[in-house]
Amino acid sequence: MPSTDEIKQRIEAAIPDSRAEVEDWTGGGDHFRATVVSPAFAGLSRIQQHRLVMGVFEGEIGGAIHALSVKTQTP
Amino acid sequence: MSEQTENPLRDAISEAIRENRVILFMKGTPEMPACGFSARTVAAIQATGAPFAAVDILPDPRIRQELSALSNWPTIPQLFVDGELIGGADIVAEMYESGELHEALGVPAPEAAPATETPAGADPAPRPMGIDNRLG
Repeated sequence: MPSTDEIKQRIEAAIPDSRAEVEDWTGGGDHFRATVVSPAFAGLSRIQQHRLVMGVFEGEIGGAIHALSVKTQTP
Repeated sequence: MSEQTENPLRDAISEAIRENRVILFMKGTPEMPACGFSARTVAAIQATGAPFAAVDILPDPRIRQELSALSNWPTIPQLFVDGELIGGADIVAEMYESGELHEALGVPAPEAAPATETPAGADPAPRPMGIDNRLG
């Protein structure tokens, strides 16, 4: 099961110049909330921004990561 | 004319998205949502006063499969406006709070902008929307 640190590192590695804060929402290690700040989000719709973040975990959401709630911001 | 595929269910979903300016795919019905994320999303849309269509995806698991294949979005609910996926529960909540949801749905935004006026006792910070199982 992924840790909040692992999720944070994967997001930051995948999205240019991003900073992520990841919380384990329920304490159960499978419902996460990520707040991600990156200049890469500029000019994108929210859905596109969320897709960038969700895309990091393609195929894992619904599996090892039961749910990932995302909030995106530009710096 | 849209092309017919060999997937009648997917065609029916596309058609519903095309024919309804505002359409929400959810678990349960607006009157009786079957999941906390669907409940909050439907409540936000209803609070704007905009008319919308709603589709319960629970009766047949294939609806969800086809919808997600079509929208490339894994979770439910999914809100479409003018044929475009706007978002799920997180995005709709964020847009509601900023007044953007009213704009997207074509209704006048509330007079007091949430950014400048916070009702007494309200928490202006984004809050966790509950711990429901958003997928199950």
